[in-house]
Amino acid sequence: MSTLAHVFEQAGLATIALGSIRKQIAEAAPPRGLWCDFPLGRPLGKPGDAAFQTRVLEHAFSLLDATEQVLEEFAERISDEDNEALSCPMPPRTNKALHPALDEVRGLRPAYDRGIALYGNRAATGRVISADEIEEALATLVRVSEGTPWTEAGIPGIPARVVQDIRGYYEVAALGLSDHIPSAWAGASWFFDETQGGKVVLNARAAMRDAGEERQNWYYMAPVDR
Amino acid sequence: MPDKDVKASGERFEAESFETVAFTTPPKLSEATVAVVSTAALHHEDQTNFAATETGYRVLKNNLRDYQTGQWSPNFDSLGFAADFNTIIPLDRLDELAKQGVIGKVSDIHLSYAGSQYDLSAVRMDSGPAGAKLLKDAGVDVVLLTPV
Repeated sequence: MSTLAHVFEQAGLATIALGSIRKQIAEAAPPRGLWCDFPLGRPLGKPGDAAFQTRVLEHAFSLLDATEQVLEEFAERISDEDNEALSCPMPPRTNKALHPALDEVRGLRPAYDRGIALYGNRAATGRVISADEIEEALATLVRVSEGTPWTEAGIPGIPARVVQDIRGYYEVAALGLSDHIPSAWAGASWFFDETQGGKVVLNARAAMRDAGEERQNWYYMAPVDR
Repeated sequence: MPDKDVKASGERFEAESFETVAFTTPPKLSEATVAVVSTAALHHEDQTNFAATETGYRVLKNNLRDYQTGQWSPNFDSLGFAADFNTIIPLDRLDELAKQGVIGKVSDIHLSYAGSQYDLSAVRMDSGPAGAKLLKDAGVDVVLLTPV
């Protein structure tokens, strides 16, 4: 981000760089920087809160008055430490012949469709697979978690990328189940901690790690705190 | 509390250093054309997705706000953007500021790159200058850069 600020400024564009990680924006030292201590992925702070987003922009644009390099801090902080845990009613088991995660995927489909209808497909599925292919993709990860080498399990793409679609499916289903926009990371925490699908992903990742697979093939299947 | 851990991980990476800092004086904000440049790997539905280490950019039309994120990193909250694109590319807010006369106008185009890259030399030498030229040619004066 700050690299682009330097390059653009050299080309004659005035820039304001927002930064979420203080050390990075301080060291990269863009011409005009505003450190906003907000969760990663939410550089304007609060989704659905126009007044908050406008306050961020007003502070950012005020930096255009600076006559030399400047780094300021936005006055309001957002932390995920006090966030409420996302509590979504999970679908009941309807087909006990299926692996619980695959049954869960089917059961969440109405909520997923509701989330898409409400908000569109901005971060849901489609990187590698569509919503219709989530169940099949998750089945390949079940096989990996049970000991099948990942290269023989039929994963329909790079594992981390496929998992992004699976996680996106679940998180948008959470939007469809919630009466408000969940706080930062609540969707990811719910997926990895509370759902059968998340457990399958973490188990498959652990199986790949334990089998000595190259780190790049399993590490990015979950955030670094996992 | 993943955010603290993920940010701590991000702090380990060394930032690019620049020997000199260019500083462009913009026109009055109320007369300036403003664009947003995001590193959230945003693209339109009909554009190709970003490859893992891609250093190129996508041109985002201002009037077609079907943006999706193709970011490869799992280390960010995507639900905020999924629910409100203004969380990353605040064009509704810029529209309001333009209507109020705070900014001159919102650019017809915006750009997105893919953040979370280890090697930024191509961005610095190639796609960065190319994107800047595109925005300059489109009449942009001020760029708001938003991270993922």
